Amino acid sequence: MNRVVVTGIGMLSPIGNDAASVVEGLKNGRSGIKAMEEWKAMKGLNSFVGGEVTGFDPKRIPRHARRTMGKVSVMATIAAEDAAKDAGLAPEYLRSGRAGISLGSTTGSPKCMSDFFSEFTLKGGIEEQMGTSFMKVMGHTTAANAAVHLGVTGCVYSPTSACASSAQAIGLGYDLIRHGQQEVMLCGGAEELHVTTAGTFDIVRAASRAYNDSPTKTPRPFDAARDGLAVSEGAAVMVLEDRERALARNAPVYAEVLGYTTCCDGEHIAMPSREGMLRCMRESLLSAGLQPGDIDYINAHATGTQLGDAAESWGIRELFGAKVPVSSSKGHVGHTIGACGCLEAIFSILMMREGFLAPTLNLEKVSEDCAGVNHLQQPAAVRARRVLSNSFAFGGINASLIFGTR
Amino acid sequence: MTREEIVEEVNKILAEQFELNPASLKEPGTKLHEELGLDSLDAVDIVVTMEKKFGCRIQEAEAREIRTLDQLYDCINKLKNP
Repeated sequence: MNRVVVTGIGMLSPIGNDAASVVEGLKNGRSGIKAMEEWKAMKGLNSFVGGEVTGFDPKRIPRHARRTMGKVSVMATIAAEDAAKDAGLAPEYLRSGRAGISLGSTTGSPKCMSDFFSEFTLKGGIEEQMGTSFMKVMGHTTAANAAVHLGVTGCVYSPTSACASSAQAIGLGYDLIRHGQQEVMLCGGAEELHVTTAGTFDIVRAASRAYNDSPTKTPRPFDAARDGLAVSEGAAVMVLEDRERALARNAPVYAEVLGYTTCCDGEHIAMPSREGMLRCMRESLLSAGLQPGDIDYINAHATGTQLGDAAESWGIRELFGAKVPVSSSKGHVGHTIGACGCLEAIFSILMMREGFLAPTLNLEKVSEDCAGVNHLQQPAAVRARRVLSNSFAFGGINASLIFGTR
Repeated sequence: MTREEIVEEVNKILAEQFELNPASLKEPGTKLHEELGLDSLDAVDIVVTMEKKFGCRIQEAEAREIRTLDQLYDCINKLKNP
């Protein structure tokens, strides 16, 4: 089996669109969550907080490629391009067939979907629909559009598993390189903020409602006063590369992918299974040939919901006890759904490199049902060697990734 | 609506929505595909956009014959000023 390393990163997030601003935001406890005033017009919605990505220029992608992109694909493509540049991958190499793409999102662009169906319903037909509409909303819009823009001719996949999309995208790329099917994979995912996404979580009572007037105080993963997640948007892509190739070309190496497991609870579509989470983390350790004590930091999936945070805390406690530092990045950026697996893995890798661990923002009083693990409530000057990053999705889909050095 | 007004409006749409350089739209004989780089997917969206803007229906057979800016102006002018 080939060993696989991370040689490039690219991201757009509610706390910054490059490594330096993200590290600054994580270090200084900067929240990317804001009040979403325009959502107040939506009947029945109770959650009016969200995390938006700003400060990028879609026009850096030529119109010919951008015409089939909604915001979700624009962000994914920019993150992919930045990651490829960071890794020093030449355009000719991307066209060689030896590099592929694995990029996921929950859905295609929700705004474009909403626009399509508004017109479709209003006009009772497709008469005035643009030919480029479908490419903005199709399930593999992020992967297909990024591949077209970058000229990638290797295999292109688009895992769509909501909150686990980009973690599974990384796992898929890892497997393809391990088995020698591709040398390089651009892996990750994206999510576009939209009122309907907030509505989806609000309907099932999973979206934060009590902090509409103090948006930076939510979400509150593991906290006694948590009341749900704050939906966000973002994009994150990491370049995975055959370690031999990376070393041969003296590429900068951020970390090695040491282990990965994805599994399904096979039980309930929405209720998290703590046993499923535990099994996923345990098997990821086995896949890496590591013991619980070998992990220096856990980046939890914890979104700030009652059930999810408690179940994950139980799983971590069972496997790791109360020693390993744990935090969730969602206090800073909210739930970036299709992007979160990769975005938070990148955050973890950056924290390893910078020698610090960010606490869970807004975690003031650890909830009783989340107790018994080493929750980070203050920044810690720790140079972690190995980190485990969790993602758990609707459908009982679990994914755990381990990065670091052997 | 005069033909001159149609030309002006069509060029405005091509510059704003299809991001073509206004300077490239000055010569009526300019070829949409070869010279402006527009492809079949753009052609579909141009037809839909023009239909919406001018409140007319361009038949598929007619649309297929459009190769130059002038032919696009003519097609719309014929529908608006029969």
